[in-house]
Amino acid sequence: MVKNTAIDFLGHEMKNPVVPASGTFGFGWEFAEYYDLNILGSMSLKGTTAEARYGNPLPRIAECTAGLINAIGLQNPGVRAVIEEELPRLSAVYEGKVIANVGGHSEEEYVQTAAAFNDCDKVFAVELNISCPNVKGGGMAFGTDANVAKKLVYSVKKHLKKPLIVKLSPNVTSIADMARAVCDGGADALSLINTLVGMRIDLRTRRPVISVRTGGFSGPAVFPVAVRMVNEVARAVDVPVMGIGGVCSARDVIEMMMAGATAVQVGAANLVDPYACKRIAEELPDVMEELGINSLKEIVGVVNAE
Amino acid sequence: MKKELLEVLSCRTLNGSVYELKLSGASEMRAGQFVELAVPGFFLRRPISVADWEDGVLTLIVKQVGEGTKQLRTVQPGEKIDALTCLGNGFDCSAKRPLLLGGGIGCAPLFRLAKDFAASGIRPVAVLGFRNAEEIYYAEEFSRYCDVTVATDDGSVGVKGNAVSAAADIPHDRFYACGPVVMLRAAAQACGSGQVSMEARMGCGFGACMGCSIRTSKGYARVCKEGPVFEAAEVIW
Repeated sequence: MVKNTAIDFLGHEMKNPVVPASGTFGFGWEFAEYYDLNILGSMSLKGTTAEARYGNPLPRIAECTAGLINAIGLQNPGVRAVIEEELPRLSAVYEGKVIANVGGHSEEEYVQTAAAFNDCDKVFAVELNISCPNVKGGGMAFGTDANVAKKLVYSVKKHLKKPLIVKLSPNVTSIADMARAVCDGGADALSLINTLVGMRIDLRTRRPVISVRTGGFSGPAVFPVAVRMVNEVARAVDVPVMGIGGVCSARDVIEMMMAGATAVQVGAANLVDPYACKRIAEELPDVMEELGINSLKEIVGVVNAE
Repeated sequence: MKKELLEVLSCRTLNGSVYELKLSGASEMRAGQFVELAVPGFFLRRPISVADWEDGVLTLIVKQVGEGTKQLRTVQPGEKIDALTCLGNGFDCSAKRPLLLGGGIGCAPLFRLAKDFAASGIRPVAVLGFRNAEEIYYAEEFSRYCDVTVATDDGSVGVKGNAVSAAADIPHDRFYACGPVVMLRAAAQACGSGQVSMEARMGCGFGACMGCSIRTSKGYARVCKEGPVFEAAEVIW
């Protein structure tokens, strides 16, 4: 039997739930030299801010068991260049619509950057990154206080003409409380988890490996934490959830969906295998066959069923 | 970039911490390009510069700096290594009187460059800098293709000093340097026009993560994608 991998996310039909996560896939078009990107359900673009940013000094990367710490610091060319240069390049090689990922240092910057995508047909939703651990005085500061997050989401929603996905930080006491708060603020969907704050020390120099001391930990090591948090959030709110965190295989995608995710982002796996998303999308029908799943839509949140 | 399964032909110790890997099955690569090797049990791949590629045999010279490169050293002939190959841009080979400047493990990518110059009828001068006599490797191999000066920090062999100070009076029209950042910066300041091959802790090695971006006069550049070889004058040190 033909397996139906299609899903609907915020009224947007995707041929499968596989979405490269922001920050692990550039602006997408560069991967077109490796494979036909049209196999992907969608993609979340590199985090974008109002102005161009270099990001943090090097080193920005530290390896860990089954993962890595990164502290890129939102390096990006600024929203104008993203719209005028990166998106047209992507449109030439990818037919589907994509998710613009927006970062910021102030409420004003978030609002301005998100609203800049209002007239971009290529973008079907904006993902608000209120959980970046690598930007001082911004990013995660907006995503760890429920009232601040709610107010920010409310302001962005007021100026945004597209659906808003809010990307949540796992570095909180209760991610379900944060989910409820941003939904109260008007979030149309949630994505989680962003990276966990981590640190490594160089034993020879006795200094942090990462130039800015700490960074965001991701990779297969965080997968069980992500599944647990996706499940908690899916039970707490009614909006669709994109599951993120350590996904490396089609089986991980299915587990994340059973926990409550409607779609799944793949992050760190892209950094060790540029073909990871293609491989996962191609594996899905076989794993569905093995598990007796005819349509992915039927397994979303199935773990919570009575 | 290509994803290829390479077969280990040999793994040979060159000195205490440096070893040479010969692998078959790799596509042809230019001097200055690099590969990313998967090491079982480690999440990130290890970026290693190409020391040589000839008739399908890839030579890598690896310095054991941590647990990953320690494990990589234990590979046996016949074992397969999952690799991303043909990464990065490579050297330009445009000099008429090339000066090659290597520091420590940074000498490795200059070997293929020396061979390329020799093949086009130009014999470069290579100044190879090491900490001490024990850390010298490949000086013999280099001398087949270029005039070699060895420099050691402690003066135990050759000229006392680093590759840049030892090269002070060597005439050249263009230099090619690989080594520690301080050495590359010194070369950029002292040696005129040339190219530097930069090193950085990398996430992916193929331009996806922005983990290795440096500042250049042309804007931000990823060591793994726009580099690792840059015009020395364009790097903002």
